[in-house]
Amino acid sequence: MTIQFNDETFRDDYTFTNSERAIKRFPFPFHEDSYMYSVNMEQHQGGPEGSIYEKRFDVDEHYISEMKDRALVLDEDPLRCQSLPHMTLAGWDLLELIMVSKSEDYPDLFELHRDGNNWHWINKPLGIEQKFVFMDESTLPYGPMEYITRQTQGDFALLDQRDENLWMDAGTVTTQADWSLDFDIGMNFFEWHAPVPLAAEMGVFKRALKFLLNIQQGMPARRLNWTMTVNPLLDTSPENYHKWGVQKTTLTPENVGQKQYLRVELQTFFRLPRSNGMVFPIRCYLISLEDLVTIPKWGRRLHRVIRDVPEELATYKGFIDNRPLIVDYLSKFDDGAPTSDGVWPD
Amino acid sequence: MSAGTNKIGVVVTDIVPLNELVTRFKFERADGGLLPTFSGGAHTVIEMKDGETTRLNPYSLMSDPADRHAYTISVRRDDAGRGGSLFLHKNVRIGDEMVISYPVNLFALDLRAHKHLMIAGGIGITPFLAQIKQLSATNGRFELHYACRNQALGSYVDDLTTAHPNNVHVYFDDDGQALDLENLLDGQPLGTHIYICGPKGMINWVRDTAERLGWPREAVHYEEFLAPQSGKPFTVKLAKSDLEFEVGEHQSLLEAIEAAGVDAPYLCRGGACGQCETDVLEADGEILHRDHWLEDDEKESGKKIMPCVSRFEGRIIVLDR
Ligand code: FES
Repeated sequence: MTIQFNDETFRDDYTFTNSERAIKRFPFPFHEDSYMYSVNMEQHQGGPEGSIYEKRFDVDEHYISEMKDRALVLDEDPLRCQSLPHMTLAGWDLLELIMVSKSEDYPDLFELHRDGNNWHWINKPLGIEQKFVFMDESTLPYGPMEYITRQTQGDFALLDQRDENLWMDAGTVTTQADWSLDFDIGMNFFEWHAPVPLAAEMGVFKRALKFLLNIQQGMPARRLNWTMTVNPLLDTSPENYHKWGVQKTTLTPENVGQKQYLRVELQTFFRLPRSNGMVFPIRCYLISLEDLVTIPKWGRRLHRVIRDVPEELATYKGFIDNRPLIVDYLSKFDDGAPTSDGVWPD
Repeated sequence: MSAGTNKIGVVVTDIVPLNELVTRFKFERADGGLLPTFSGGAHTVIEMKDGETTRLNPYSLMSDPADRHAYTISVRRDDAGRGGSLFLHKNVRIGDEMVISYPVNLFALDLRAHKHLMIAGGIGITPFLAQIKQLSATNGRFELHYACRNQALGSYVDDLTTAHPNNVHVYFDDDGQALDLENLLDGQPLGTHIYICGPKGMINWVRDTAERLGWPREAVHYEEFLAPQSGKPFTVKLAKSDLEFEVGEHQSLLEAIEAAGVDAPYLCRGGACGQCETDVLEADGEILHRDHWLEDDEKESGKKIMPCVSRFEGRIIVLDR
């Protein structure tokens, strides 16, 4: 399978598009007609052929353009990529995990040749060829985490584990759904989750932490999260809220189908072998309502979910003001027919 | 999902008796591939088919974490134990196939430390061997204080003092040599972390002394795997699985649950990690808590048990499993 990479933007003129193939493989997150916050973890050991779950690090048609967007964000704001001094080993862990996974999963796109610590990495889509010495930072143009995350879609939170907690001590975060690495760096699991409503009361965080601490080498896990974004904007960061927040007011009944996007995060969780740390890659997938409703089951279901989510959740996810517009639009694609269980199209 | 660990099929490729008590075993992948890298302090759980019983015992990995060709462990023969170490010493031969778990680390280095101060007693030396290799490769600063009975029983004393003459200090009990702990802890630079692995008495001594001298709790790390102990047989009922069976004299409660075909969580099998924690619904008798995990009030409440090491004496215990 060769991937046709799009040439598109996630800012200004927003030329981002999803091909028909990308629509079909979109990670629709709702397995029933309502939504309740839950930890919903499962093993990340592959998935249906062609789905975004199949490979350890999914590469899709947006790869090259997303990497260009990341470079722009990092140019403007270098603090989006930070690593506390003790996290360098975890950075090498991450570089190794991604290079090994991508070269095994996409041999036509990526190659890794290893001779002891002398490594040779070839990234064909981005036109990169790099010979370097594994564990010797001076042989790479950036630190190991920054080097590899400039070549991998998704945000990356690199965590240290100590005192039975996880600490956000490094990361590359340029496509986040309204959270800030610069604010969260150095925080533990409970501190960086502090603003989530409702869920804390349910004690889900304690259980989630216990689950995460239990993730061992060779047994990665995954879950989905979702929100709504106006325009196909990757960088919805608090740092830039003044730029994107106002876009939420530009929705009209005429443009809501094109401008309103469902934003789904595939969160994966890997134990890192050399540092005993963890990495949480957070991969963002965007789909316009207009494209989403081409799958009739998804159109019906999204209407019911958005209509019925509790007010606090709609506020937290930032679409409370636009909910009437969205529900109005989606209602046209909901004929009231029953939907089948599970996330897949009928 | 037992503890979320993957298994690896391995072959025993070397067995080296080090002294009258300790033997070293080397494992390589049965399929000829490479083993996962790991971090210093990690252990692997080794499956042993000992006649009717399957034993799963944790052993610290002592080989270089970056060496993916083989893992090595060192096992001290415990003549009074239930048989895991005896099985390895007596029944395992070069060429045997065995199953081990992916590495799991419950005794990791704190990579923020400016200096790693290691205190080992006896066979407790093994996790430090891997940690020292890891630190040597990354120019980490460490100092090891290693107490053992005498020269003959001091596993790896010569290797360590040859490789790291300035960082390794050895104390032979039989020669009356003893660690001057207060002095040692007193003179440490800011940002030092302490790691202890050895007999219970030693762990408590170091932890108590450090606490008294004002060391922060997060800077003191220790690992003590308890071996499950034999005891009187008892009856257990698993409410969710709707099963009732007997736990044998030389079987742990966790082993009995597994033998009944129930997939129960675990990581360390030594009362340290907390993964096997199970709710007790009813107990007509007394729970014999032996773990390091539950708080004292939880133990007293009689509502929780760690089946990897704890037992029960009485008519019947009912578990939420
Ligand atoms: S398995 Fe670790 S405490 Fe029981």
